[in-house]
Amino acid sequence: MNEKRHFFRDGVRDSIPILFGMAPFGLICGAVCVNAGMPEWAAVGFSTIIYAGASQLAAVQLMTDHASLAVVVLTGLVINARFLMYSASLARHLQGIPLARRSILAYMLSDQAYAMAIARYGRADGASVDRPMYFFGAAFTVWLCYLVGAALGASVGAFIPPSWDLGFAIPLTFIAVVVPAIKDRPSALAALTAGTVACLADGLPYNLGLMAGAVTGILAGYLAERRAQHG
Amino acid sequence: MVDMADYWPVVLCLGLGTFLLRFSFILIVDRVTFPEAVVRMLRFIPASVLPAIIAPAVLLHGADAGPTALARPLAAAVAVLVAWKTRNILVTILGGMGTLWLLRAVL
Repeated sequence: MNEKRHFFRDGVRDSIPILFGMAPFGLICGAVCVNAGMPEWAAVGFSTIIYAGASQLAAVQLMTDHASLAVVVLTGLVINARFLMYSASLARHLQGIPLARRSILAYMLSDQAYAMAIARYGRADGASVDRPMYFFGAAFTVWLCYLVGAALGASVGAFIPPSWDLGFAIPLTFIAVVVPAIKDRPSALAALTAGTVACLADGLPYNLGLMAGAVTGILAGYLAERRAQHG
Repeated sequence: MVDMADYWPVVLCLGLGTFLLRFSFILIVDRVTFPEAVVRMLRFIPASVLPAIIAPAVLLHGADAGPTALARPLAAAVAVLVAWKTRNILVTILGGMGTLWLLRAVL
């Protein structure tokens, strides 16, 4: 038990640097909701129940434009389709724990927690880690920070000058997470392809550009690796 | 302005749908084994999805008009360099935001 707590603590500790990107993200999501006319409780509820910032921002935008329920929900789900891939990638690391705990870990799955956990499992001593506990530590920390940020954003976000462009902290956070994950030629090719296709396909409806970029990037990386191995 | 009549339908549908996306494979994993090719592709998920979010956000969306049009791309380039050299998330974010504010102040 003590051993398990130790891995939870590792997850918490390792995700602390991420919080400086996560807090502004939560802050922005909270502030945008209040700006769009939601009461504070509704802004916090948005972040708690959906808990996926990019899709929340898109949803608020579309709701402001009075889009239909189907368009708002489908756009959000397409943006969040990446969680399907994270879920597939993480599943074998979270095997063998009770269903209730698995559902809590699934609810707390975020870009940041996923990236932290996969990076930790991939290190040389990754096999000795209690994987669900480490993931819980990282995911819980990110979750808590995001919601504290959202609550703060809902109450004070309206006073942050737009000229600070705090929203730019979002891509910067993703940069900080992805650069160390690019370790070899196939992963570099995957990243370049994904970024290029996502830009070229940016005009596609329902944010399909994101999915198009992600899928072509994965295929490019996979094919490059296969070619390198088979000569 | 958001019509609060839309609030609960959006929150509940998007919230539940997103939860099911997250839970999908974590729920069924004990019953499925992945083919070799799928396992190999999983490695490229973070290296692909994140750049697909980053590149349009930096290059296309929210770009400044006029002389500071390059402020965001340059700040992102600095952040990539900092991330590569330091592997430190906080330093990367501060480096990127600092560069953005500096460029907007001087350009």
